[in-house]
Amino acid sequence: MATITPALETHDHSHADGHGHHEQTFIQKYVFSTDHKVIGIQFLITTVLMLMVGGALALAVRWQLAFPWESMPVIGKVFGLFHGEGGQISPEFYTMLFTMHASVMIFLVIIPILAGAFGNFLIPLQIGADDMAFPVLNMLSYWFMWPAMFCFAVSFVASGPTAGPGNGWTSYPVLSDLATASPSSGAAQTWWLFGLTLVGVSSMMGSVNYMTTIINMRAPGMTLFRMPLTIWSMFITAILQSFALPVLTAAGFMLVFDRLSQLLPTTIHSVFFVPAGIIVNNAAPTVGGGQPLLWQHLFWFYSHPAVYIMLLPAMGMVSDMLACMSRKPVFGYKPMVYSMAAIAGLGFIVWGHHMFTSGMNPALGMTFMTSTMMIALPSAIKVFNWIGTIWDGNIQFNAVFLNCAAFVALFIVGGLSGIFMAAVPVDIYFHDTYFIVAHFHYVLFGATLFGVFAGIQFWFPKMFGRLMNDKVAKVHFVLTFIGMNGTFFPMHLLGIAGMPRRYADPYLHGYLEHLLPMNQFMTISAIIMGFAQFLLLGNFFLSIFYGKKAGRNPWNANGLEWSAPSPPGHGNFDVPPVCYRGPYEYSSPEAEALGQDFILQTTAPPAGVKRTAVHH
Amino acid sequence: MKKFWALFFWFWPLVAILVCAVAPSRGWWFPSAPLSTLGHQIDGLFYLILIIVTVTFVGTQAALGYALWKGATKGSTQKAWFSHGSHKLEIIWTIVPAFILVFISLTQLDVLAEIRVISKFPDSVRNAPVAEVMARQFEWRIRYPKPGQQLMNVPQPGDLYFVNEVHVPAAIPTMINLRTQDVQHAFFVPRLRVKQDAVPGLIIPVWFEIEKAGEYELLCAELCGWGHYKMKARIIADSPKGVSEYLTRLEQEQNEDGVAEVDASKEQ
Repeated sequence: MATITPALETHDHSHADGHGHHEQTFIQKYVFSTDHKVIGIQFLITTVLMLMVGGALALAVRWQLAFPWESMPVIGKVFGLFHGEGGQISPEFYTMLFTMHASVMIFLVIIPILAGAFGNFLIPLQIGADDMAFPVLNMLSYWFMWPAMFCFAVSFVASGPTAGPGNGWTSYPVLSDLATASPSSGAAQTWWLFGLTLVGVSSMMGSVNYMTTIINMRAPGMTLFRMPLTIWSMFITAILQSFALPVLTAAGFMLVFDRLSQLLPTTIHSVFFVPAGIIVNNAAPTVGGGQPLLWQHLFWFYSHPAVYIMLLPAMGMVSDMLACMSRKPVFGYKPMVYSMAAIAGLGFIVWGHHMFTSGMNPALGMTFMTSTMMIALPSAIKVFNWIGTIWDGNIQFNAVFLNCAAFVALFIVGGLSGIFMAAVPVDIYFHDTYFIVAHFHYVLFGATLFGVFAGIQFWFPKMFGRLMNDKVAKVHFVLTFIGMNGTFFPMHLLGIAGMPRRYADPYLHGYLEHLLPMNQFMTISAIIMGFAQFLLLGNFFLSIFYGKKAGRNPWNANGLEWSAPSPPGHGNFDVPPVCYRGPYEYSSPEAEALGQDFILQTTAPPAGVKRTAVHH
Repeated sequence: MKKFWALFFWFWPLVAILVCAVAPSRGWWFPSAPLSTLGHQIDGLFYLILIIVTVTFVGTQAALGYALWKGATKGSTQKAWFSHGSHKLEIIWTIVPAFILVFISLTQLDVLAEIRVISKFPDSVRNAPVAEVMARQFEWRIRYPKPGQQLMNVPQPGDLYFVNEVHVPAAIPTMINLRTQDVQHAFFVPRLRVKQDAVPGLIIPVWFEIEKAGEYELLCAELCGWGHYKMKARIIADSPKGVSEYLTRLEQEQNEDGVAEVDASKEQ
């Protein structure tokens, strides 16, 4: 390393105070910080902790499915609930468990960990900027997560501790609209909607910032097609987010108005989603001319692109990591970019596949089916290119690589199971069964979370200047991988067997009774997987203080971020970087000329050598 | 250890395939063969996709495992293959999957039209629903027209009512009108491969042809509140004659006031 960047190396020991910035108080530096790295790490720690909350809710769901109506551990002892029932939870509590599991995992873990944590931390570092375009807006995007989390927390208890929001994360009206419709449709539902809206505000602030930063603040020489795929994925995600989110926010407000009009009938009159003549729980028939399908269209117009918001950044990050750990360029860089763009574009016209059984016009169903099938194409191209990237590489079998390989392996399963549900007639059978639960867990857990696990370990040295323990990370990988497959693979079979989702007690139905042992096996797998995450937490927090010290570039990677000190000081780089080549020139002749198998994007070509676009 | 990881990524798809292979014999498969005409077509499409998907799954996982194996057995002195990709390969693996996906998509259209497009419904059922199934938290209310009458959307005097049991004729196409009184529900009959949401404010016709007389579970497949899991009902398919006898019996029971019978016994 010293041979390539001697000028940078000399600064390494003095990075913390080497930038001539004014003194900052502790609060400015670590709490209300405008530094993108601090904000990224704040997002990361918050979301990793939320991952444990969401996981605990999932384990409670699994408990009920394996041991229906038996005394649930923890719930009674720690929270003091259901003592009168001997620890046996109520069915509405079960609906709360899966609703909040999904809400926490989607809105407080997956979306903010990808865009918030990795987006914030990596975008300026990888494009060679000193910070985001709008640092204060960036700070606000993190701090708006807190009112969101507050609203979600209040929603747990707003209608009493046993009646949290329980209408699914999709919250379909009329169930979520009329307060009389279920025990969990009261104040809890309103608070849940407020929380959702605030998460949206946070995401929107982030997205605007990412787009502006990526367009305007790239280092000299960092052309669009020299950007790492992580940056491409964050850019595309930000565009998706900013075009889709307003629709959800609007729909959320419409639903809030519908709900408030029941509380304040003299001031607010709206019935966007409630048709006339509906009699809920023997209440008086409703008046008005709303349409419940409108919510489904608006909700999925956001939430289907949101699925890609929850996946694309992980795809970008994994491409970066696979190239580095295989010591090879990404196979087909441009096809990778175009296929991400295609996923994003098609992502806007496939929302109707969530509504194949909803009674929407069948002609629409045919259109949505074809567009949904076609979105499998860019996904397939990406898989082939990932395998091509690994092919004949000099593979480093560390935990980062293993998690990335698991990403590819499990994404294949999630992608292929999607084809069944894209086909409308087949989906008619699988809709709202465990098949769909298997499908989206393979994508969101199997792909995205494994990508995140890899990403945490890969960029950890840049965040904290130390490495995470690779052995512990490998044990975490194996346990999580086995637990994950043991939990979610059998769900495909449950779906084929016709077990509907969101059932507190499926065994009430004779044809599902024999599936109990399988569900018990799945719950045991889930418990193993859940407890394995303590290895991640332990490894993460202990390595901050006791990990092996890492230099600037512990992985011998090429990106601009690896030319900055670890951790980078305020302002990131010692000198404003200049980019000379693409990010994936591993094992290139140019690198070999230097006697190594990588070449930093900042390494200037030897004098007299013309800058060649070796890249594409 | 490197080889271990390569084998690890070869091993788990094998386990997955094995589990799927033994699944039907363990009862981890469809609750029964499809028992409706549309069900056969749906299952046919399912198996078509299953074959394509299995081949792809095995192929891609084997390739991934092989790429890992190649990396694991590579000597430390050998260098990685420096390549930015191949245009030819990109074109091949764009066009081939595109054709397969369009093919899958096209095979679905006819069946979808038969299931959902009203003008493609069998003529005998198109305007002749045998019953109205009204979902409600947490039960199914069935309304039949008075024997000999047509079912109207507005309840008529003489209509017959029953809960959680739908009697329909077997071996001929049948249509019901699906509605909900309160929130959204879904009409799900696993053995017939029938599913349709009941949407507040809409009347949705659903048709099927049950092949054999018998009882079929009916459940709710759209979250409708705390009691979602217990909307347990059944569809009873019988010969047309059996159904009309049932309806006659139902009419008698419904019109039974209990008074006449007591008077008659006194007169004797």
